[in-house]
Amino acid sequence: MHIIISLTVSFLAVFGLVVIAFVGVWGAHLEWLFGVVIPYLAAITFFVGIVYRVIQWGKSPVPFRIPSTCGQQKTLPWIKRSYVDKLDNPFTTGGVVCRMILEVLCFRSLFRNTRLEFGDGKEIKYKSAKWLWLGAMAFHYTFLVVILRHLRFFTEPMPFFVKIIENVDGFFQFFLPTVYQSGLLLGAAVTFLLLRRIIDGKLRYISLPADYFPLFMILGLVTTGVLTRYVFKADVVSIKELTMGLVAFHPVIPEGISVIFYIHLFLVSVFFAYFPFSKLTHMAGVFLSPTRNVSNNTRVVRHINPWNYPVKVHTYEAYEDEFREKMKDAGLPVDKE
Amino acid sequence: MPVDLKQKDVMGGHRKDEVLDIDHSPSFFKRGWMNTPVDILPSMHCFACEPARLKVVDFPNPRQWSVMDEDWKLPKDWNKIVMDAFGDRLDRFRTLKLFMDICVRCGACADKCHFFIGSADPKNMPVMRAELIRSVYRRNYTIAGKVFGKLAGARDLTYDVLKEWWYYLYQCSECRRCSVFCPYGIDTADITIIGRELTNLLGLNIDWIAAPVAFCYRTGNHLGIQPHAYKGMLEFFQDELEDVTGVRVEPSYNRKGAEVLFITPSGDVFADPGTFTCMGYMALFHELGIDITWSTYASEGGNFGLFTSHEMMKRLNSKMYLEAKRLGVKWILGGECGHMWRVINQYMATMNYDLTEGTKLETPVSPITGTRFENSSGTKMVHICEFTADLIRHGKLKLDPSRNDNLKVTYHDSCNPARAMGLMEEPRYVINNVCNHFYEMPPTTIREQTFCCGGGSGLNAGEDVELRMRGGLPRANAVRYVHDKYGVNMLSCICAIDRAVFPDLMKYWVPECEVTGVHEMVANAMVLEGEKKRTVDYRGEPLPGMEDAEDV
Repeated sequence: MHIIISLTVSFLAVFGLVVIAFVGVWGAHLEWLFGVVIPYLAAITFFVGIVYRVIQWGKSPVPFRIPSTCGQQKTLPWIKRSYVDKLDNPFTTGGVVCRMILEVLCFRSLFRNTRLEFGDGKEIKYKSAKWLWLGAMAFHYTFLVVILRHLRFFTEPMPFFVKIIENVDGFFQFFLPTVYQSGLLLGAAVTFLLLRRIIDGKLRYISLPADYFPLFMILGLVTTGVLTRYVFKADVVSIKELTMGLVAFHPVIPEGISVIFYIHLFLVSVFFAYFPFSKLTHMAGVFLSPTRNVSNNTRVVRHINPWNYPVKVHTYEAYEDEFREKMKDAGLPVDKE
Repeated sequence: MPVDLKQKDVMGGHRKDEVLDIDHSPSFFKRGWMNTPVDILPSMHCFACEPARLKVVDFPNPRQWSVMDEDWKLPKDWNKIVMDAFGDRLDRFRTLKLFMDICVRCGACADKCHFFIGSADPKNMPVMRAELIRSVYRRNYTIAGKVFGKLAGARDLTYDVLKEWWYYLYQCSECRRCSVFCPYGIDTADITIIGRELTNLLGLNIDWIAAPVAFCYRTGNHLGIQPHAYKGMLEFFQDELEDVTGVRVEPSYNRKGAEVLFITPSGDVFADPGTFTCMGYMALFHELGIDITWSTYASEGGNFGLFTSHEMMKRLNSKMYLEAKRLGVKWILGGECGHMWRVINQYMATMNYDLTEGTKLETPVSPITGTRFENSSGTKMVHICEFTADLIRHGKLKLDPSRNDNLKVTYHDSCNPARAMGLMEEPRYVINNVCNHFYEMPPTTIREQTFCCGGGSGLNAGEDVELRMRGGLPRANAVRYVHDKYGVNMLSCICAIDRAVFPDLMKYWVPECEVTGVHEMVANAMVLEGEKKRTVDYRGEPLPGMEDAEDV
């Protein structure tokens, strides 16, 4: 798939979604469909889809323990193992848990990233390259903050931490309503992730529409969110009435909510519904990765493979039958004379 | 076979200065990978397997075929065979299923593969290698792939796609370097191991894997050495050792009642410089006087079954425990080998522990130091570097490291002991005790970030020399670095495939550097009881300060 096609297709797909929501609400007045039915369907698809995915993965067993060992294994007591070794080549479940926490929360493996400097091939170098790690951290954590902030629309009273997040996020208190830095950072991080796909030849080559589409979706989410809050200064009270109605299973469509909000909501819905069918499932899958979530203790504890079946082997008897005379001539002991 | 690297044609027609004229960034105008059919290049692939090999192990579809031919003479229902087996593997391996779904194509792995670094073929990026298979997965198992086809990165398994699979499955040395950098731990090796398992259902193995598998099954080792010849080779080493040291060692074979069974890759019995390492083992066992036996039936540590199918791996591996049972040994000592130790650490007990029933196997205890190797209480197998490190730690070896003073040594972490086990400190401890000049290569090229020799996973054939020289470039370049900086002239390793691959690789990229196993250096430094005045090393080269000695 050439990049021009990939970019065009995914951009048009997101643009098409915006148009659908706009026409649907502004033209056809389908507020119930876009404000209630689709969000419910999306939520169901998201939760059922993710659970289904995890169950599907879980149904396939882990026949062998194949952790990628990235440090010294546990051997003789006097062979030193630093805390890094214990994390990157865990022997115990505790070690595995710590390795997974670092992997999931800090993207540890990505932190190792290096960049090839090939030059003319005479002196190949591998430079530290933390940009991808930084971009990924910024992206995921600001996204998390944005999602947590949105809890204000789904809870009454608001949990204390939402209030704290809002205060910290709007620390600089400029503009009205106060600008949340997380939204800006999220936009910047997504733009970075998009640009590197376009600029780096290797990434351009491997990228599919399925890589650009989520990025455009998130850019769309950020843009419509920003427009809703800062430009159109949407009626927050009415919006909360709608969202609380959804949560309480008493859906209502209050008057006076602008179209831009429905577009935002529609993009959110599609994004969540798309989640389980896409690469975005890495969010759940990372927990199951057998090269990370098992300990390297197989020389001590046998790992059981549920489908381990007997195989045909070439026995010593068959071997000796073939070579007996030669063995005897060479003075090698034999079982049968 | 050693290759004449001066010839232009061995490197696919490239002169040496042309080899590195490559660009790792595919141009903006390059066609997308799904629209670029595979271009099978000579010298970048291994020859097709001979039918006779497959018959020995009852593998399906044995026939004469050739990679460069248009027609691979596939069975009629090849597509169904592969797709059925693919579905079956998805149900049996969580790795495969998960790795098909969760890659986000972040590109972290892209420039980590030695084959990509050396060849700049974009389909050698680990992510692409997996995408070749993932695209077929998406077409058959995902809604997006079924509905949107190419737009969703999905495609059918056509004849051309199968050839592309094959070409790139056998251009992966399953070293797992990419899995270290992947944020989800996606292990390309596991994908290609299963991918190769599928090609084997169509009789599409390479001869450099199929032949060792067939040999190993029948004669006990990859090289097809028969029992009398095996003994003959060790007898030759006995003579050599006697010439060098004046000490006659007496190994025993297939001996019942021995305490320890020794298993090492047969490459060390057959080809230089592994043979010197093998002599090192013999000298060590003799000096310690351990009650140890070699086996001709289980005369192979390596396991090319790992590169064929999980079932074949189990079939070959079973000989270790079967022989341990027959001989009634208490534990097994394993030699220096890479993928052998991956199999022992990650697969052996899971596959074959049932076979230890009724054996005398117990938690290994060093007869010299009394150390209990609790870390191998399950498999009952100890790595010789662990064993020797323990000996040195307890002062049980009389060592004269100055005998290795002519060597400026660096150490190559073999992929599997590093990334599928974590055996990193023991070899370094041993090396530091047996030689005085040891220099590490840059940290991004050793330990868990180590580079493959370029010929791992059965790709060490003669016909794919360009692939090997390109794949080995990152490693060779790091050796070049320490050679230029410290004058390193000896590349040490603990893998028989390394010892077979590196001599050619060094000859091409760093001709000033030779290759050795760790235990060759151990034995050379070891002062044997009753030895004569040593003047030469195990290769017959003068020891430092003995250049003018009379019997050199």
